Amino acid sequence: MQNRRIVITGVGLAAPNASNLKEYRKKLLNGVSGIQEIDLRYFGKAPAGICTFPETKYRKKKENKKGTRAGCLGVYCANEALADAKLDINHYDLSKVGVLIGLTEHGTVETENEVYNIKQFDYDVKYWTHHHNPRTVLNNPAGEITMNLGITGPHYTIGAACAAGNASLIQAVQILRLGEADMVLAGGISESTGSFGIFASFQAQGALANADDPTMASRPFDADRNGIVISEGACVFVLEYLENAVKRGAHIYGEIVGYAMNSDARDFVLPYGKRQAECMRLALERAELQPEDIDLINTHATGTKQGDTEECKAIREVFGESKSTYVNNTKSIIGHAMGAAGVLELAGNLPSFEDNLVHPTINIENLDPECELDNLVINKPVKVSSITSILNNSFGMVGINSAVIVKKVLDYQENPPL
Amino acid sequence: MTSNEIKDLILEIIEDIDDEADFESLDPGEPLRDQLDLDSMDFLDIVMELRKRHQLQIPEEDYPNLATLNSCVTYLEPLLKDA
Repeated sequence: MQNRRIVITGVGLAAPNASNLKEYRKKLLNGVSGIQEIDLRYFGKAPAGICTFPETKYRKKKENKKGTRAGCLGVYCANEALADAKLDINHYDLSKVGVLIGLTEHGTVETENEVYNIKQFDYDVKYWTHHHNPRTVLNNPAGEITMNLGITGPHYTIGAACAAGNASLIQAVQILRLGEADMVLAGGISESTGSFGIFASFQAQGALANADDPTMASRPFDADRNGIVISEGACVFVLEYLENAVKRGAHIYGEIVGYAMNSDARDFVLPYGKRQAECMRLALERAELQPEDIDLINTHATGTKQGDTEECKAIREVFGESKSTYVNNTKSIIGHAMGAAGVLELAGNLPSFEDNLVHPTINIENLDPECELDNLVINKPVKVSSITSILNNSFGMVGINSAVIVKKVLDYQENPPL
Repeated sequence: MTSNEIKDLILEIIEDIDDEADFESLDPGEPLRDQLDLDSMDFLDIVMELRKRHQLQIPEEDYPNLATLNSCVTYLEPLLKDA
């Protein structure tokens, strides 16, 4: 049971700069930012990432109105992931298909909207919508996917702050290894750009980015960074057993070979490099890999001084001796997609297994000396001889850390899995 | 409101819920939910819209009166006579 190999065979995504993996990869390699200026109720203007995608491709406008933005993003990405995997959902017993979605938060947008809507009725709660509860239950985005696809297996969401995308993949691997599902649609979603409160809270914390040019606002590792750029986003992966993927001739993006999660047990918002390093080490140990076996680290860094430097410290501590490990940051291009960040950033790097390119970290004009790392890929993509393993970091508030390691699958024809 | 105005009101509310709703072959004597893509939450949208637009507080026991277009008219006509 422990040794069953789990692979990624399909990717569906909505990012601020693309609505499919091919387009997304191209934009990441070219460093094309998806950040724009938006105007929020009560709050005003802020740089942010908003997704543009065909919202009615897989479900009627009526269903989008009834559901949530997170549900709309999820339904699109889940269907795109299946299409990308060339997988008819009925290939599997629908009661053995799971849907696991990582969320940073959910219900904030819907609640803010409803409070705003009843203002015109002098806050008379007789006018409070009956849609409020089904929209704000925490399983909502995953549940909307099951309703759309007729999936009757387990669905739930994983609340793990901004580590939620990775956490959903970890949970998916676990339920697959337990034999509780044959296939899982796992990913992360964020609709947080719809909430003035989330922007205002980051602002009050002194952690919200601003810039005259919104495309320059997200600048992890740059000495002139001034905070986080909040983005909408979603990404869903098809996860299957390796043997089933091989049997149906699926394209295999990579295998999840290691993971770890731990807690800082220390502070509500401040990150802690020591625990991040422990988390990365545990993931390496479980994957039976050494630091020098990792070719690429996708950093979590969000563009806050302490967050960026703590992660760099942790990477130096674990990977200091490894000369062949490249490091990049996807948030510099798409902003921080919160619950979707881990999966969306991993998705953007998975094509490295095929093109051997590392997409750049953009907007670095004046590298913070505390963020100097060997092989940090800055402003231009780098071509390397071979990329066969990626470590994906995702950390979050209240002290939650996660690392997922994905490896290129090279051996399945020579060594069929047990 | 006249009976035709009430019919138009209901259809307008349904169109707001589902702009793809097809009224071409709608039988006013048959249940709306059997003919249109409406579920229980959509039905409650109709009740809420009547409350918002005309301050009508329809008790739950009266919901069956809103089943068909004709029954809507019969039920709502006295309530909306001054609207």
